[in-house]
Amino acid sequence: MKICVLVKEVPDAAVEKRIDPSTGRMDRSGEKNLNPYDTHAIEAAMQIREGGAVQVDEIVALTMGPESAMRALHKAVSLGADRSIHLTDPALAGSDVAATGYALSKALASEQPDLVLLGQQSDDGECYTIGAVVADHLQMPSLTQVIKMDVEDGALRCERQAEYGYDTVQVRLPAVISVGDAINEPRYPSLKAIMGARKKPLEQVAAGDVGIDPGLVGADGSRVQCGDFHDPPAKAPGQVIEDEDTSETVDKIVAWLEERKLI
Amino acid sequence: MADVLTYVLHFQGAFNKNSLGAVSEGAARAQEIGGQCHAVVVGGEDLSDELCSSLGAYGATRVFRAAGLEGLAQPVIDVMAKVIDDHGHSYALFGGGLLGFEIGAGLAARKQAGVTMEVTQVRAENGKLVAERPILQDSKVSVSRYRGDLGIIIGRINAFETVTRDGGSAEVVDVDVDYSPWSNQATMVARGEQRGADVDIEGADILVAGGRGLGKPEGFELVEQLAAAFGGNTAVAATRAVVDAGWYPYAAQIGQTGKTVSPKLYLAAGISGAIQHKVGMQSSENIIAINKDANAPIFEFSDLGVVGDLNKILPRLADAIKAKKGG
Repeated sequence: MKICVLVKEVPDAAVEKRIDPSTGRMDRSGEKNLNPYDTHAIEAAMQIREGGAVQVDEIVALTMGPESAMRALHKAVSLGADRSIHLTDPALAGSDVAATGYALSKALASEQPDLVLLGQQSDDGECYTIGAVVADHLQMPSLTQVIKMDVEDGALRCERQAEYGYDTVQVRLPAVISVGDAINEPRYPSLKAIMGARKKPLEQVAAGDVGIDPGLVGADGSRVQCGDFHDPPAKAPGQVIEDEDTSETVDKIVAWLEERKLI
Repeated sequence: MADVLTYVLHFQGAFNKNSLGAVSEGAARAQEIGGQCHAVVVGGEDLSDELCSSLGAYGATRVFRAAGLEGLAQPVIDVMAKVIDDHGHSYALFGGGLLGFEIGAGLAARKQAGVTMEVTQVRAENGKLVAERPILQDSKVSVSRYRGDLGIIIGRINAFETVTRDGGSAEVVDVDVDYSPWSNQATMVARGEQRGADVDIEGADILVAGGRGLGKPEGFELVEQLAAAFGGNTAVAATRAVVDAGWYPYAAQIGQTGKTVSPKLYLAAGISGAIQHKVGMQSSENIIAINKDANAPIFEFSDLGVVGDLNKILPRLADAIKAKKGG
């Protein structure tokens, strides 16, 4: 079995995110890191391999993004991927969700994975849908927000929370599964794995190498144009108390509650 | 023609509230651009003529009904793609929730259409629909305009209000669909399973809610003690993360895949305030947040924020409230 894991480089949680007014795109400068949700997807791949119910021949990490995105691949490899692929091309810049999913699906198609794993969302774009886009292009079934996954008779038995409670779904491979953060506790990479990550194969591919139609990607190929960025209706900022003296803090909370007749 | 197609999810013979909101929204917006609102339903015997035509009360003029697996995205994508191919809808609209996201995104791939998710407002502009979505932890709003024949709009949960009208009855049309081979690769083993005790949080006046910041399952003891101190019609609620981790029952979960509440007081203990949680509780009358991380998003929409250690604050707050009530 071959597993491909989609990963993404995102601004570090501590970096304040903003829209660059000159391009209308997210300003992605500043400290970056592997999307924390993706570490759960890599861990899920490792647990399938170590679980022994099926032989995993290869775990391949794939990302799309500029030069710097390579660091997300190094991290992915240090967490257990065997090799990585960096889809990078100026023609891809400005792709919307649908165009990004299409481009990723083309890179994945040339790998012919049995299973594609990804995190349930990216920390920056706040969308939960890339897996579903990729899956339809690859003509594979897709489930998102999976929190338990077991290999059973060559199929996956997946559990997740849906609209009415927990659903259990049997999925025959190949499939695209996005995992929720409750699925596992990702391991920390060993120092040896971090040092060794740069030595594992990393292949750079351009749009043309994987047969991406340039008319369907980038800002011009995207079917959604985002703009008119503006502030939401202002909400009066709430009061904030820093707890230094807990008795005082508690008195303040109680007074606040009494004022509003909540106690 | 500028018709809007919506997907209406159902479970045990009843339609989903967010789906009905999408039908209401679709009908109102379609009218503004000179079109009609239609609905797609996929399922079994429980989709009776009577049930389907009742969508007319929410503004749908036609309901496309297909026999197929419920609760999974791929079969619905097949049905919607066929209906759009046959009838040429200009927009597909979803009320949010897990399936809405999956179906909308898959449909975007199938039809090479643009898609916007987490939409909080749709409006007509020069005969077309534009979608507004909050971005960057709701600190900005972005406006999506669509190119091409089809635009896909996935609402944020609770974004679209359900509006009924008198005497509306929709025409029900059966659709025959050849499902894609990959749609048949997934089967539902169990749907809508409830885990843990059944608790009622929707009717509570005061909710004390706990999240991952409680640190461990036993952290809920502090939350329960505080709820007991408030007394009266107070209940304990939880975030998805701690429910998935098995710390608290599913019936107590607030948010995107849980319940939506608007109590008089919502006290969030150790909850960071992710969007998926926020959508389920933001209309509470008063929100207090206690969290040790001063950068937690919940402080952006709480009325009173307390930055500090729960283990110190919660027990003393419970004691203080008890003393106040006793005195």
